[in-house]
Amino acid sequence: MLTMRSISKYFPGVKALEDVDFEVKPGEVHALVGANGAGKSTLMKVLSGAYTASEGEIAIGGTSVSIQNPTDAKSHGIVIVYQEVDTALVPHLSVAENMMMDEISSPEYGLFVRWKEIYAKAQKEIDAIGLDIQAKQRISDLTLSQKQMVLIGRAVYQKAKYLLLDEPTAPLSLKETETLFAIIKKLREEGMGIVFISHRLDEVFHSCERITVLRDGRLVGTYTATQSSIDKIVEAMLGKKLDHAYPAIRTQMGETLLEVKGLSGEGGIHEVDLTVSAGEVVGLTGLVGGGKTEVCKLLFGEGKISEGEVRMHGEPRHYRTPSDAVKAGVALVPEERRKEGILVEERISTNLTLPTLDRYCTASLMRAGKIKKASLESIAKVGIKTTDEKQRVANLSGGNQQKVVIGKWLLSDATLFLLDEPTKGVDVGSKSDIYHLIAELGESGKGVVYASCEFAEILGLTHRVYVMYNGTIVKELVTADTSEEELLFYATGGKAFDN
Amino acid sequence: MRQEERRLTTKKLDIFGFFYKYGTILVTIGALLYFSLTLDNFLNFNNVTNIFRSVSIVALIGLAITISLTIDGFDLSVGATAGFAAVIAAKFMVIWGYGVVPAVIAPLLVGVVIGLFNAFLIIKIGIQDMLATLSMMFLLTGISVTFQDGSAIYNFMPIPGGGIAEHTMSKAFLAIGQGKWLGIPIPVYVMLVVALLVHIFLNYTKYGRYLYMIGGNQEAAKLSGIKINRYKLIAYVMSGFLSALAGVVLAARLGSGEVDAGAPYLMDGVAAAFVGFSVLGTGKPNAFGTLLGALLMGILLNGLVMMSFPYYSQDIVKGIVLLLALGLTYYKMKHKG
Repeated sequence: MLTMRSISKYFPGVKALEDVDFEVKPGEVHALVGANGAGKSTLMKVLSGAYTASEGEIAIGGTSVSIQNPTDAKSHGIVIVYQEVDTALVPHLSVAENMMMDEISSPEYGLFVRWKEIYAKAQKEIDAIGLDIQAKQRISDLTLSQKQMVLIGRAVYQKAKYLLLDEPTAPLSLKETETLFAIIKKLREEGMGIVFISHRLDEVFHSCERITVLRDGRLVGTYTATQSSIDKIVEAMLGKKLDHAYPAIRTQMGETLLEVKGLSGEGGIHEVDLTVSAGEVVGLTGLVGGGKTEVCKLLFGEGKISEGEVRMHGEPRHYRTPSDAVKAGVALVPEERRKEGILVEERISTNLTLPTLDRYCTASLMRAGKIKKASLESIAKVGIKTTDEKQRVANLSGGNQQKVVIGKWLLSDATLFLLDEPTKGVDVGSKSDIYHLIAELGESGKGVVYASCEFAEILGLTHRVYVMYNGTIVKELVTADTSEEELLFYATGGKAFDN
Repeated sequence: MRQEERRLTTKKLDIFGFFYKYGTILVTIGALLYFSLTLDNFLNFNNVTNIFRSVSIVALIGLAITISLTIDGFDLSVGATAGFAAVIAAKFMVIWGYGVVPAVIAPLLVGVVIGLFNAFLIIKIGIQDMLATLSMMFLLTGISVTFQDGSAIYNFMPIPGGGIAEHTMSKAFLAIGQGKWLGIPIPVYVMLVVALLVHIFLNYTKYGRYLYMIGGNQEAAKLSGIKINRYKLIAYVMSGFLSALAGVVLAARLGSGEVDAGAPYLMDGVAAAFVGFSVLGTGKPNAFGTLLGALLMGILLNGLVMMSFPYYSQDIVKGIVLLLALGLTYYKMKHKG
């Protein structure tokens, strides 16, 4: 058994972890949950040697061990798979080389690479775990979920006894998630201890024996899954009762704002028809890879449109760049927040005023006072928790960073908001804030396209919903008359059985 | 006990933080103090203006690089552009007999065209910035040497076809590099005015902010509606223009169009720009920092030469200064948390 006792971790000015106990048994899947900033990732980094604990003790089978770096952790059989799988893989090498990297690069390996042996060994391991990949495939040709598999395969090959999975399912489609769970189950049966970090509580209950909840760097408690419930865990995460209800959107539907006909283009999008009225929140759902993100990007002028017509306020529009789209009153909250949505090293105010910078300038010279005023206004409106507008965005939690992305468009004249997975990686409290912001957008007569693969959100927030499958819209539904089952049916390609 | 330890580490961090922010300035002031106390002639007016004049071209080239760095690019063709501009200015006057105005404007226009071409290679074709401008560097150096038939262009030079060049560089042109106003060399004014303009442009105009945002996260900048290609183009054009300006000053100072005269300025300019990163702890390219970086090196070299430090060992000093400044900047980046 792996135990962590009274673990504390201090950073200058911050107590990231305080007096946390945690344990994993062999053959157990143990979930680690908590709002963003609760300390889950820090705890796992301590366990895997990326950080050293300021205080506390780690023991395996009752004997205390010292973990100062990732190599120490590995030698004790502890391997972590981070969500950013690309950071741990060499893209232009094969699956086999990546799986056996440690072995090949060890001084004992000898001068020449024994290719046949490598491929055979790797393939054997892949088959034993039941992964859907080939040893000779290049990493760069794999999907994200397959890359995860390679990392898990590598962990198994390295004889890992404890596997730490940091939000493995967040970027996966439903089917990929199922595959992952099947593999987790198999590894568990073989006696591996697995720590599973996730925001998705239904998954947690579905696949874990025990659940440990952290809040603000402290341990709230460890619960047995069969004797707890999603509500209880959420309460433990938040320290308060959850306001379950999505806000009711009291809105007057206006004229047709956006009309798309036969849109085809980059990213395998073909023949997409959709409309959005002023004051309407339209859902765009589907599984990962269904084409939601690509449609949002095409409508924002990012990516080539090969065919089709886009009309705003009845007028035909041709956006060649995002800049054109912004001018026409379109706003995009992109899926990859840190990569595409914000400048993490910059101030909140710099981020908030970027699309509308023209307004705070006199003869191209920026006016600090105007920028500050607009920023404070936006901070108050979207409820960003910060001391002042000069904070670096990197210091904010995921939820607050997302509010910055939304806040910058609220300052603009945008009439159409394209929101692509706006609650991804956002803690429960901020999610609720974002739902309310979306409701307000609708009530103030804006049009909203809410793209999400979380069916519960789609059902809770939208008026109408389009279901995407394989690059096109396969079904339009009125939200009030549909169900999670029906959405899933169409999202998994259920059109064939429609008639 | 533990608390004490932590207090100590925060204190240590603060000292580092202070040095990170003011280190470059302190070193500059320290060098000034040391040299003025040990050398009698160091702090007299002539020597100080001499230092300023000696760094003016490096500073101009450094500013050109600074602008390309703001968009996370890198213009390696700056030195070659300056050299080419110098040759064009000399050729216009000495060989073709044009006056001072065309001899200044033509090279500046060429600088703009080079910037446009760099931008085309980088934005439209998609060559990496360093590689595109490296190719341009070779190309321009080769063209300049060919353009002047392999030798320097100077007053009364022998012409390959026989006889000597009839025309000369005009006094007005030479004044750009050698003249003084109120006792201060003209190149110093050029450097200070350009540095001030670039500083205002980068820090106080929306264009400057767009450049920094593109450098910080191009994708996020694009999805915020910024026309990234337009501003990248502007950055390379400005870089080309400033390099050409440096070349004109260089030609006027030398009184000739030398073979490959711009080349050594590339490395010094790069050093000035990167030393500039550490000034006031900005950690990013900035005009004031580049100016100070150029000055710091100028002061050190001038003082050391006066102390009979061998001139051929100057690069050791440059290397150390650059390493220290980069050390500060990158150590800070690594330990940000």
